[in-house]
Amino acid sequence: MSTRRFRPDRDVEEWSGPVVRYDLAKEVTVCFFVVLLLVLGFSAIFSSPDDKPITIKSWSTARPLDFVQTAITELDGTSATATYGPPYNTTPGAGQKLGPVSLARLAGAHIPIDTSSDFVIRPLSTLPDSPALDAAITRYEASPASQQTAWDNAYTAAAAKATFDGSIRVSPGRYGPVSLMMADLLDMARSGALDGALTSSPQLYGTDYTKPLLFIADGSYMNDVAGARHLHGDQWGMMNETGNFPGQAWLWLYTMWYQIPPYSTSSNGDVLVWATMMLLTLLLILLPFIPGLRSIPRHLRIYRLIWRRHYRSLSQQPSEG
Amino acid sequence: MQSLAALVDLSTPGHYVHWGFVQISVANLVVIAVMLVVFALAVLLPFPHGRSKR
Amino acid sequence: MTARHLSPDDGAARQRAAAAPDGLRPTWTGRLRGRAVAALPPDKLLPDTQPAYVASWVYVFGALTLAALAIVVLSGAVLALKGPAWWHVSSVGLFFNSVHLWSTELFFFFMVVHLWAKFCMAAWRGRRRATWVTGVLAFVISIATAFTGYLSQQNFDSEWISTQAKDGINATGAGAFWNVLNFGQMLMWHIVLLPAVVGLFVGIHVLLVRRRGVVPPFADDRAAPSHEATATDDGASAAGEGQPATTGSKGAWQ
Repeated sequence: MSTRRFRPDRDVEEWSGPVVRYDLAKEVTVCFFVVLLLVLGFSAIFSSPDDKPITIKSWSTARPLDFVQTAITELDGTSATATYGPPYNTTPGAGQKLGPVSLARLAGAHIPIDTSSDFVIRPLSTLPDSPALDAAITRYEASPASQQTAWDNAYTAAAAKATFDGSIRVSPGRYGPVSLMMADLLDMARSGALDGALTSSPQLYGTDYTKPLLFIADGSYMNDVAGARHLHGDQWGMMNETGNFPGQAWLWLYTMWYQIPPYSTSSNGDVLVWATMMLLTLLLILLPFIPGLRSIPRHLRIYRLIWRRHYRSLSQQPSEG
Repeated sequence: MQSLAALVDLSTPGHYVHWGFVQISVANLVVIAVMLVVFALAVLLPFPHGRSKR
Repeated sequence: MTARHLSPDDGAARQRAAAAPDGLRPTWTGRLRGRAVAALPPDKLLPDTQPAYVASWVYVFGALTLAALAIVVLSGAVLALKGPAWWHVSSVGLFFNSVHLWSTELFFFFMVVHLWAKFCMAAWRGRRRATWVTGVLAFVISIATAFTGYLSQQNFDSEWISTQAKDGINATGAGAFWNVLNFGQMLMWHIVLLPAVVGLFVGIHVLLVRRRGVVPPFADDRAAPSHEATATDDGASAAGEGQPATTGSKGAWQ
C-alpha cells in the first residue's frame, strides 16, 4: 500500500456514485449536423476572401520607380534580402541573437540567394536577341568591384529622382552598363517575363516561390498594400484577415508581444517573441505539474457553477461524517 | 450551383477598434466576445436531467 | 447498477483471459489484444452512461470540436479532388474553400471554449495529466496546421503571411529547413504531415478520456473536511443504488 499526501489540485477521489444514461453517439451525431449547418450557413452568407496576389508584373506596372529603386539595391547587394544573413546568405553580423547565440547562424545559409546574380543578371541573360544587353552584362561582370560600386551608387542616387513615361528617365550621369541593365529589367518585369524567369526550374516543374516573393517584399508596394489592409505587425496584423473577415484570434498573445518593448524595439525582436511563446506554451502543456498554477481553477471557483447540481445533491443528503 | 457573390460582402475595408496599445478588428472582437458569451451560457444554462438513474 | 471501479485484480484477470483464451502461452498478438481489452473494454470504450455530475453544457464542447475537425478534413478532401488552384477559378471551389475556412474558425472557437472549461474543472486531476498534455499538444499542432493552410492559399494573403512569418521562423534557425516561401513544401506539410500528427494526438486524447473517465468534481469544501486519505488498493466502496458519493467516502484514488 503506497502512502502519498492527497493534493486537491493533483488528485481526486474517483466516482462511486450514481450514473445516468448518456448517449455519446447521438451527441456526436447531433453535434456534427449542428456544426455542419453553421458552417454551410456562414459559407453561403459570407464566403471567403481571395485577394489577387501581387506579381513582379503588377508591381512594376503600378510602381515602376519603386521597382527600379529596389532592383538597383538587388544588383549592388544592399537590399534587405541581400543583407539578410542566414538562411539566404552569410552577411557578417546578420542573424538575430538569443542572448549570446544566433540560432539562425548555427543553422546556416541553406537557401542561398545571391540577389545580384539571381534577381538581375541571370534573368536578363535569358532574354534572346539582345546583343547590346549581353555586352552590357559582360562589361559589368568583367569590371572590378570598385568600378561596379561606383556605377551602382551613381545610379541609386539618380533613380531616387527618376521619372517614368513608358521608359525610365534618369538624369545624365556615369552609370556605365547599369542604366541599360535596369531599363531592360524594368521592361522584362512589366512584360511578365521576370515572374517566369524567377520561378523557372531546369526540370520545368516548380513549386518554390522564394525568389519572386523575396524580390517583391524588398520593394514598398506590397508593404503599402498590406498596411492599407491593416496587416502590419505593429497593427496587430498577425491576427487579421483582409476586409471584415475574422482572422486568427488565437494568435493574439503571439502578436501582442510585438507591440511592447523590448520586443518592439530590439533588433532581435522575432527570436525574443518566439522564445517567450515557447516558454509560455511549455507552461501550458506542463500545467498539471506546476503547483500554484494548477491551483488557480480551485480558487476561481467556476467549477461550483459547472457542478452545481452535484453539490446541491450532496447538500440534500445526510452527511456520512 | 452556388452564387458567386456572398450574400454579405465582407471584402470591404475592415473596421478596427483602438484601445490604448491594442488594435483589434471588429470581426475578431466579435468572435472573442461571442466565445466569452457562449462559455458563460454553457456554464449557466441548465442541462436536461438524465432520463433514468441506474 | 452503480458504476464500479474495477479492482486491479479484475483487470489483470481480464487481460490474461483475452491474451490467451486457450490457456497456452500468449502470442504477441494475443498480448496486444489483452492489453487493449484490459485498458479499454467495450463498455468503457463506448459507454452509454456517464457519472451523474456530468450535467452541464460545457461537456458538449469536446464533441463540437471533433465535429468541426471532421468538417475541416472532409472539406479539405474535396479541395484536394481538384487541386490547389481550383477555388480561384470555380464558384463551387470557392464555396468549399469557405467551408474549409469557417469550419477551421469554429474548430478553434469550440476547442478554446473546451480548454477554458477543462481548465476550470482542473481536468488533469486523478492521473489525467496525459489527457491534458495531449489536448494542449493537439491545440498547438493545430495552430501550425492552420498556419500552413494560410500559406497555401496562393493569393495576396499567403504572399504577405509568408514574407512576414519568414522573419520569425528564420530567427529560430528553423527557416533554413522549413521555407514558408516554398509553396510545395508548405502544402505537403499542410495536407500530409501536420494533419497526421493532429489526428494522432486527438485520437490518443479521446481514448485517454474514455480510459480514465471524465474528471470528478472537487470535494465539497462546504461540508466537513475529509480525512487526509492515503491511497488504498481496494476498490470503490459500493455506495448503494441512488446514493450520491459524499466527501470522506473511501473511493479509491491514486
